[in-house]
Amino acid sequence: MPGARIAARFAAVKAEGRGALVTYVQGYDPDPATSMALLRGLPGAGADLIELGVPFSDPMADGPSVQLAGQRALRAGGTLAGVLAMARDFRREDADTPIILMGYYNPILAYGAERFCTDAAESGVDGLIVVDLPPEEADELEGPASGAGLSLIRLVAPTTDDERLPRVLAGTSGFVYYVAIAGITGTRSASREALEGEIPRVRRHTDLPIAIGFGVRTPKPSAIGFGVRTPKPSAIGFGVRPPQQAAEAARIADGAVVGSALIDTLAASLDAEGRAKPDTVRRVLDQVRALAEAVRDR
Amino acid sequence: MNAPLPNSLRQGPDSRGRFGQFGGRFVAETMMPLILEIERAYEAARRDPEFLKEWRLLLKDYVGRPSPLWHAARLSEHLRAANGGKGAKVYFKREELNHTGAHKINAVLAQILLARRMGRTRIIAETGAGQHGVATATACALFGLPCVVFMGATDVERQQPNVFRMKLLGAEVRPVTAGAGTLKDAMNEAMRDWVANIHDTYYCIGTVAGPHPYPAMVRDFQCVIGEESREQILAAEGKLPEALVCAVGGGSSAMGLFHPFLDDEGVAMYGVEAAGRGIDTPEHAASLNRGRPGVLHGNRTYLLQDAHGQIQEAHSISAGLDYPGIGPEHSWLHEIGRVTYVPATDDEALEAFQLCSRLEGIIPALESAHGLAYAMKLAPTLDNDAIVLLNLSGRGDKDIFTVAKHLGVAL
Repeated sequence: MPGARIAARFAAVKAEGRGALVTYVQGYDPDPATSMALLRGLPGAGADLIELGVPFSDPMADGPSVQLAGQRALRAGGTLAGVLAMARDFRREDADTPIILMGYYNPILAYGAERFCTDAAESGVDGLIVVDLPPEEADELEGPASGAGLSLIRLVAPTTDDERLPRVLAGTSGFVYYVAIAGITGTRSASREALEGEIPRVRRHTDLPIAIGFGVRTPKPSAIGFGVRTPKPSAIGFGVRPPQQAAEAARIADGAVVGSALIDTLAASLDAEGRAKPDTVRRVLDQVRALAEAVRDR
Repeated sequence: MNAPLPNSLRQGPDSRGRFGQFGGRFVAETMMPLILEIERAYEAARRDPEFLKEWRLLLKDYVGRPSPLWHAARLSEHLRAANGGKGAKVYFKREELNHTGAHKINAVLAQILLARRMGRTRIIAETGAGQHGVATATACALFGLPCVVFMGATDVERQQPNVFRMKLLGAEVRPVTAGAGTLKDAMNEAMRDWVANIHDTYYCIGTVAGPHPYPAMVRDFQCVIGEESREQILAAEGKLPEALVCAVGGGSSAMGLFHPFLDDEGVAMYGVEAAGRGIDTPEHAASLNRGRPGVLHGNRTYLLQDAHGQIQEAHSISAGLDYPGIGPEHSWLHEIGRVTYVPATDDEALEAFQLCSRLEGIIPALESAHGLAYAMKLAPTLDNDAIVLLNLSGRGDKDIFTVAKHLGVAL
């Protein structure tokens, strides 16, 4: 059944009286082995759902953190096929944690939409978020995705007005990904007031769970930037904003997506050549644990 | 703008912004409502006589249109002399005489008027060679609007005169170091800025690419090139040309020239892609000759990409052609065979650049020199009463440093 694992997980989390923690990491960042170890460690650290990013050369909706992650992943040989293999390996050991692939359309087109959906479902993937595929262009993927039992998770943005919402939500399954800010990933945060107004607006149009993403990040937003820049190591630990923000987002909606903040931690742990150090996985998972604690702390 | 006939190649795009399978609106949801708003605003503006009147007045008195059609007699004779006296007459559509030195200003002025109608107060643009950036900075100076131009860091290096020009005009130039630091990366960054500043910003795209309605809109605003050419050649020769030739990067100058002639069966059309060091080397920008369809920058079109769908870096001596994609309407015209897309290498362009300077006293942009390189191959294959009309889309002052470097001359 399409999205069974996703629905079951949101229901279970709701039964615990809390919101879900959705974590985003990019496949092959910074190398296949580290990325796989990180993926395997996420459920144990408290991630309820996993978004697995597919590297793309031109991630137009992403800020510097995810751009750099993509460049590292591509240098490490990251491909859509490789990310599917990671999902397959993960699924052998974890039957319950939903995996959602997130990325851009061109690698899917190059793979072949039909074959991709079949292979993704067989690899234990539960849903897809294709950033540059709005409902107007989704027809090619909708059929193969639903045929293979994959949820097509749509983005809803602050710019998606009430007139447009039903159209966007019509083809959505699994959950709704609410983009908290009009902007790119990891650069700004939305205010609680804005979210408290927006989430009920979306809820009036859907019974699906809503997760908030794009706006949960580290205390120091980098200037909207470009290019290959060494990210400033951010001091992330207990008591800084991401856990509180995540907890807040998970309270207002049904879940919070944390991506750029985790990638910043990963990036800060790398050596000067961009290679993983022995504590890379532990540092990211420690942060996930802090986030998981925050969403559970009522 | 002439109304297309019912059975015409000039009817596209369809309501989804598609030319055959190409085009569309492949953008994130955040941007989608804005794209739809621009489409509505454009549809209203193009039917508004006041809007068109204001734009036409700017084209006439500010840009200096119509641009002349020049019979390049010395070049034509030179080509004939090397070919036993046989060869077509070559004409230049002299877009390089426009204010700011290229065709880009035509569509920029119309887009800035549109942005004003939409109540947008900040303008952003991407640029490769800097011609579109200069045109946008110019229009923003004229209308008193703040302007930010995204430009690949590599291009900033090789197009210093245009960078300084943009700054003189009051624009902010933001170098983009992502990727190879060229046009593709500048476009990514412009889109990122746009999505974060949607409430007040208009993105003035320089070519016939991007999400619908940009490919159709920029084409319509550039069609003034082809419409004038048609009238001018009929007045000069009493017939239409046998062939049109124009360089293609994104393809705005070529679309502007070709579109008004698409239904004229006797007119052959050649789009000239930058072949860099050769289309059988890894260093070129020949999306149609060596790419395959994919999705980038909001549209489905031919792209240079690897087997996994990662976009590859393009290469050309000309910064304006250094782009791994092409406007979607060109992809369609390529597939239906209406336009023939041919390559010209860096070296061929350099040679044409020098020849044109010496024979006609016109220093062409390196972009236009690619078109000229093919026109020089084509003309000798045609009869003496045949006409080849080349779009000389820009002037080459900006390129003298690049050319000097390639010729081993220190300036």
